[in-house]
Amino acid sequence: MYLTLIAFLFFSAFPFYWSIVVGSRDNSALGDVPPPLTPGGNLLDNIQRVFDTVPFGQALINSAIVSTVITFSVILFSTLAGFAFAKLNFRGKPGLFVAVVATMMVPTQLGIIPLYILMAKLNMLGTMYAVIAPSLVSAFGVFFMTQYLSSALPGELLEAGRVDGCSTIMLFWHVVLPVARPAAAVLGMLTFMTAWNDFFWPLVVLTPEDPTVQISLSNLASGYITDFSLTLTGAALATLPLIIAFALLGKYLIQGIMQGAIKG
Amino acid sequence: MKSWLHRLDVKASPYLYISPFFILFAILGIFPLLYTAWVSLHDWSLISDTHTFIGIQNYKDLLADSFFWNALWNTLSIWVISTVPQLIFALILAHVLNNRLRGQSLWRAGLILPNITSVVAVTIIFGQLFGRDYGLINWVLGIVGVGHIDWQSGTASSHIAISVMIIWRWTGYNALIYLAAMQAVPESLHEAAIIDGATSMQRLRKITIPSIRPTIIFTVIISSIGGMQVLAEPLLFGGGLTGGSDRQFQTLSLYLYEIGFSRFDFGYASATAWLMFLVITFVAAANFFIIRRIRRA
Repeated sequence: MYLTLIAFLFFSAFPFYWSIVVGSRDNSALGDVPPPLTPGGNLLDNIQRVFDTVPFGQALINSAIVSTVITFSVILFSTLAGFAFAKLNFRGKPGLFVAVVATMMVPTQLGIIPLYILMAKLNMLGTMYAVIAPSLVSAFGVFFMTQYLSSALPGELLEAGRVDGCSTIMLFWHVVLPVARPAAAVLGMLTFMTAWNDFFWPLVVLTPEDPTVQISLSNLASGYITDFSLTLTGAALATLPLIIAFALLGKYLIQGIMQGAIKG
Repeated sequence: MKSWLHRLDVKASPYLYISPFFILFAILGIFPLLYTAWVSLHDWSLISDTHTFIGIQNYKDLLADSFFWNALWNTLSIWVISTVPQLIFALILAHVLNNRLRGQSLWRAGLILPNITSVVAVTIIFGQLFGRDYGLINWVLGIVGVGHIDWQSGTASSHIAISVMIIWRWTGYNALIYLAAMQAVPESLHEAAIIDGATSMQRLRKITIPSIRPTIIFTVIISSIGGMQVLAEPLLFGGGLTGGSDRQFQTLSLYLYEIGFSRFDFGYASATAWLMFLVITFVAAANFFIIRRIRRA
């Protein structure tokens, strides 16, 4: 049993290790037979070269801005809508909720051409607005929050708030948000990850001069002569923020995925 | 006055709270969807300002387009090679992890680690591992005497290499979902089976898999939808937008991208997007029915 697990762990960790091995060596070391299996001493030098070859610093800042804005927007709007769907009564609720779930099924590719035309008309091509706009809301987020709040938010708590004279918005602020915090953390982390790793849409709307991290990375890799030690250093750098976040919050992320799986 | 305000609050608030989602979604989700259908009925390119209505001509052209069929077969092939092993590995891993083990959280973290990496980074790293001349995989194959494989140039070999990247990234994620479902299976069932002398494999086949059937269907559908949309792996594996010199690993998404953003033929690209959507729906639905049948029989 442990053997299976160790084999799997090796399989899943090796590419990370390998990117460090190659990323910390000179590109010519790749021609060596047998290939090197331990890290070398060129890491800092390679990091320097990554920043010299592509606008990597700008890309990191862009990605950070894009991912943060998207994350907060998705959390806020999903919690608001989730609260309404889970605990408030209004006409047309079942139909509207089905509409939310149905939209989760539609692939991104289907809207990409009109979105591009729309962004071109609004003169937003090449800007971070174009990257952010389509991700401001998430059908999955609304669904996730609705599921969570319908089981985690006791109706008595809301009634007590009403008796004390709370308006709906005060209920949201003082009762719903605190209860929603664990789910918001999970949703936030998933959203941040997706936004940070997104490739297709930024590739369509951004230019190589003002990219996000993933676009920068693909530009590093697609030169005529690929410098592998350079690109693998870049790959490691682009993943580092997520690895750190995962080390800090991974426990909640795993819990969240498993919870979502049972309910879904 | 106060009760009037209160009533307004109760009546209007829900709509106020769901409206940001629906307004933004209408502009950035529904509108593009319908607009794609409209564009697909036109001769619509970025270069020209006039868009001629041509009916279903784009769809007719697509169905006669050998590159489209090539991309469709590549997509289906990569999807099968990546999904089947992925879900089987995930089932076995989850079954192992469902025992009382030391270091549960460490193993679980190991499962999900590949999934937090970006697909771009994964493809770049694996592209190097699968390199023809200096790749580690060919070096190992050379030692065991298989010889070097030019992974990018062959159809089967490139599909396998791309599938390995997908398997690596998603196996752990699926295992975690299976594990969650397995933990809801009553332990008494397993205990009874153990008393009857069932082996671990028998318990997996006779108890676990039937009990988590809905979850298995869920993961098959999700991986089908994802598998039909594979783009970054073939794009970055080398070979550019055409997915290799003979289009040997060009997927549907990649072909859509080539038509739309290299040829800027938006009408044709929109038609491709709609056909792709039909394929996705068809594959997902077919899977759903097939799996239900198999498990019932």
